[in-house]
Amino acid sequence: MNDFDWGVIARSWSFLAEGMALSALLVLVATVGGLVLGFGLALMRLSSHRFIAAPAAAYVTVIRSLPLVLVLFWFYFLIPLAIGRPIGSLMSALIAFVLFEAAFYCEIIRAGIANVRKGQAEAGLATGLRRSQVMRHIVMPQALRAMMPLVLNQIVIVFQDTSLVYVVALHDFLTTASIVASRDGRPTEMYTLVAVVYLIICLSATKAVEFYRKGRTT
Amino acid sequence: MNYRWNWSILLQEPYWEWLWSGVQWTLAISLASWVLALTIGLGVGIARSLPARGARLVAGIYIDVFRNIPPLVQLFLWFFVLPEIVPESIGLWLKRDLPNPEFVTAVVAIGLFAGSRVAEQVRAGIEAVGNPLLPAALATGLRPVQAFRLVVLPLGLRAIVGPLTSEFLITIKLSSLSLTIGVLELTAQSRHVENYTFQGLEAFTFATVGYLVIGLCVTALMRFIDDRIGGSALRKAAT
Repeated sequence: MNDFDWGVIARSWSFLAEGMALSALLVLVATVGGLVLGFGLALMRLSSHRFIAAPAAAYVTVIRSLPLVLVLFWFYFLIPLAIGRPIGSLMSALIAFVLFEAAFYCEIIRAGIANVRKGQAEAGLATGLRRSQVMRHIVMPQALRAMMPLVLNQIVIVFQDTSLVYVVALHDFLTTASIVASRDGRPTEMYTLVAVVYLIICLSATKAVEFYRKGRTT
Repeated sequence: MNYRWNWSILLQEPYWEWLWSGVQWTLAISLASWVLALTIGLGVGIARSLPARGARLVAGIYIDVFRNIPPLVQLFLWFFVLPEIVPESIGLWLKRDLPNPEFVTAVVAIGLFAGSRVAEQVRAGIEAVGNPLLPAALATGLRPVQAFRLVVLPLGLRAIVGPLTSEFLITIKLSSLSLTIGVLELTAQSRHVENYTFQGLEAFTFATVGYLVIGLCVTALMRFIDDRIGGSALRKAAT
């Protein structure tokens, strides 16, 4: 343990910070885009028209059974072919993340809406509100409250997932650290640092979500 | 999009052989790490629900640590860091003499990560069954250990066959991480075919269908088991 060289972290600090900034950008885009698209998919799945519900259900089932690494490869190769010019690994990763996480957010949102008791919507309709009004004023506020902890948990998972952009050579936190590790021959220090940083961020987020959930139920 | 599809590439040698061996590696990693995950999950999950404070604490730390470090980072720790920080002879053995080091490392890394998730399911199952049934079991005159072993544990495990199915599906998807340390599993092989033939879409379609088929088989098998042992009925009764 004595020949550890922690100076390598100090020397590569700004490079690592850039990596962390990219990880944060990925989390932000994947979460916002995933939530918006996931909400649309959830509404489609809840529709009573089979032709609207079935494609959304099929999409969610297929995406959820694929490894994110494979989805990243799909878009990394497919999008340039589809539009006839390269768009760079960042854009393709962002698109892949939004489309991938949308399937997971869809299920969270759908469960949240489905768990609002039926009588609530019926009572709203009985008072003369239109369907869209019932959805906006009665069902959604309750559903949002119920799904909040799951959404926050999913954000932690998205943060962990972003490390997979390593496979398309995007410089996120893990990848920058691994570049330094091989450049300076210091894998021990760099990967330990990466593990500790992820652990601190994810564990505090997880504990905060648990705390929030407990505080609400009691 | 002027992509020239050529599906026959999938049937040509050696590409067909590559993809097929990728399927086999994916299955091998998934099954081996699932066995490890179940073993760890069972042990840690039971420890987590014991009355002994020390056991609960240790199990809780395991779960917190292994769930909150991205699995890919854990894989790198086992692969790049472990051989460096153990005594030199063990490090050399890990790097040189261990048969199939990439495969073994992937199985250990994925198994330990999935184990922490399985442990949470086991704990939830034990709690769901134990809270209502433990007093009843004790009232019949069973000692606490007997009540746990004969009533709470078997029923608790049967109740979580459903959630464990999703965990197994997650483990299958995690097996794709092992491509980063050079295991040529399904995703790696489809990438490999892409590199050689530039017919990536066909190769990725093959991998996609492969994961779908494996997933469907697992779901069907587990549903069959769940029905036979009454897991879904137990879940309904527990909630």
